[in-house]
Amino acid sequence: MDAQQLVWKGAIPLQIHLHESEVTTLPPPPPLLVLAPRIGYLPLLVPQIRPHFSSALPPGVDTVWFEYKSLPLKWYIPTGVLFDLLCAEPERPWNLTVHFRGYPGNILIPCEGEDCVKWSFINSLKEAAYIINGNCKNVMNMSQPDQLELWRSVSNGDLEAYRQVSSKLKLGMIEDEYSINTNSITLKSQARSAETDVAGQVRTVRIPVRLYVWTINEDFEDLEDAPQIDSWDKISYLNRPFEILKEDNKCFTLSEAIKTLLPELFSPRNPGMEEERSKVVTENESTAPSEDTGVRTEDQGGRASASLDSQSLANLAEIKFVRIQGIEPRLDIPFSWVANNLMFPEYFIHVCVCVRVAQENSQ
Amino acid sequence: MVDSDCFDGTISPGEFRTAASALAERWKKSASSGLPPWSWASPPRQHSWLLDQVDGYVAMEKLRFCRSSKVDDNTCCNAMEEPGCADDDDEPVVDDATLVESGDQEMHHYYDLHIVYSSSYRVPVLYFRVYGSDGQPLSLAEFERDLPVGSADEFLKSKWTFITQEEHPFLNRPWYKLHPCGTSEWLRLLFCSDASVLTREAAVELYLVSWFSFVGQVFGLGVTSDMMKNRKQL
Repeated sequence: MDAQQLVWKGAIPLQIHLHESEVTTLPPPPPLLVLAPRIGYLPLLVPQIRPHFSSALPPGVDTVWFEYKSLPLKWYIPTGVLFDLLCAEPERPWNLTVHFRGYPGNILIPCEGEDCVKWSFINSLKEAAYIINGNCKNVMNMSQPDQLELWRSVSNGDLEAYRQVSSKLKLGMIEDEYSINTNSITLKSQARSAETDVAGQVRTVRIPVRLYVWTINEDFEDLEDAPQIDSWDKISYLNRPFEILKEDNKCFTLSEAIKTLLPELFSPRNPGMEEERSKVVTENESTAPSEDTGVRTEDQGGRASASLDSQSLANLAEIKFVRIQGIEPRLDIPFSWVANNLMFPEYFIHVCVCVRVAQENSQ
Repeated sequence: MVDSDCFDGTISPGEFRTAASALAERWKKSASSGLPPWSWASPPRQHSWLLDQVDGYVAMEKLRFCRSSKVDDNTCCNAMEEPGCADDDDEPVVDDATLVESGDQEMHHYYDLHIVYSSSYRVPVLYFRVYGSDGQPLSLAEFERDLPVGSADEFLKSKWTFITQEEHPFLNRPWYKLHPCGTSEWLRLLFCSDASVLTREAAVELYLVSWFSFVGQVFGLGVTSDMMKNRKQL
C-alpha cells in the first residue's frame, strides 16, 4: 500500500457525547462511537450522528457543532488535523461533545450543511491551484459533473475515483525526491528558460502549506503533561506557501522547509532580517539565493533532531513536535516526499508545529 | 505602461506595505474624506513573535452607513423576526416599541473594512464585518440592503464564489471575505494598459488605490480621480 492510500484510509475513532444541556430524556442517550476519516470534515458525520441523538433533543432547529474540552471545533479544518493539533497525547477514542443548538456564531463560521463544506473544500482547492500554477483556471473550468465527482470521492474516501478526476486538474506532483518541481512547472520553466535568462529572473516553485503553530512558554517532558489548548487564540494559523528558487535540483528537508516557513523563529535576529524574509518570499526581485535565507543545503544530511538547529534563537525557540497526517516524521526527510505523499485532497499540506518559546523572548 | 513580463498583477508583502502607506496617504488628502481613514494595524498580542515581520493589515473602521428611515423600519422588523440573531444571551431583549420609536441614531450600520495580504494569491483581500449601533454583528440578510443593487445581486448569484464567511487571518473570528482569485489578472491588465504607469514602483504606489477603486464599488465607495494620479502629477 502506498503512502497516499494509507493517508486516505487513516481514521480516528470518535466517542461522541451529546452536551448535557441538550439532553431531555432519561436516561440520557449513550455516547456514540464513530470512525472519522482523517481527510474528512466533522459536519460530514452529522447524518450518522443525528439519528442517534434526535429523540433526546429539545424542540428547535438543528445547527450542529462540536467541541473538545470546551473548545468549539472549526469544521473546515480536516478532522485529522484537529486531532493532531488538539490532542498532544493522542486520546483513543477521542471524546467529543456534539451540540445541536446554540451555534457559537461569534467564534465559528456558520455551517448550514454539506454544501458549506463542499464549497470550503473547492475554495481551498482553488487557492492551492493558484499557488501551484499562478491561476485557478483548471478548477474554475472543471465541469459540474467532475466537480461533483471530485467532492463525492473525497467525502466517501474513494481514492481511485479521486485519482481519476483530480488528474484533470493537472496540478501534478513533485517529480522525485530530489527536486521540487511539479509537472506543470517543469514544463513551463523549460519552455521559458530562455526568457528567464534574458530577464535575469529566477523562477520560484510554490507548494501549498497550511501551518498551525502552537506556541507554549513552559516546557514539558511528556506529551501527557502538555497544556490543553483552550482557545484558538493560542494557535497561529499561517497560510504561507513554501517557496523556493528553482535554480537547480536541490533537496530540501522537512526541517529546512519549516525553518523557511517560520523565519520569525528560525532566522538570525538582526536588523537585516526583514530583508532576508522578503528575499525568501519575493520572486521578482530575487537575484541569487543568499546563504542566509534559511534555504540552505550544506547541512542537508545533518541529523535534524526534535529540536531544530536554529542558530541564534536556539535558546529562545525549540520545536517540540511536528505532526503531519498523524505522524511525526523525521525532520531530515525530503520535503518533496512530504508534499507528494502527505498532502490532503485539496492539495494543501497541513502541518501542526508545537514550538516552545522561552519567556525571555520579550527582552 | 508596465512591462507585463515584469508585472503580473501580484505584489510582495513588502510592496503591500508600501502600497498601504500610499493608499492611507492619498485617502487622507482626498476631498472625499468625510470617511474614516485607512491605517496600518498590527496583529494582536498573542502572535507577538510575528511582530517583527511585515505581517499586518490595513483597516478602515466604523464606516457608517445611513439609510432612509423607510428601509430602516423594514429591516428592523425583519431582524426582530429572526430568531437567534442576538448571539449573546446576556444582551437585554429589545422590544419592538423601542426600535420603532428610536431616532436615526439607532438605525446606523457600521462597517469595518480590513485589507489583508494573501500569501497564496499575492494580492490584497478584503475582509469586512457589519454591526449595528449596539455592536451586535449583522448577517448578510440584514445588511445587504445597504449595498448597491449590483452587489446584492452578485451575492445571490454567486453565493459561494464571490463572498463567503471566513476566518479573519489575524483576528481568528468569522468575517465576510471577497474572493481574490481573479484579482491579479485584472490588476495586471489595468497596469499594463495604463500608459502613465511606467515602472514597477509607480504601479506599487497606485496598486491599492486602483484595487480599491474597483473593490470599493461593492460598498458603493469610490475613489476620486486625483487619488489615482501619479506621484509626478500630484
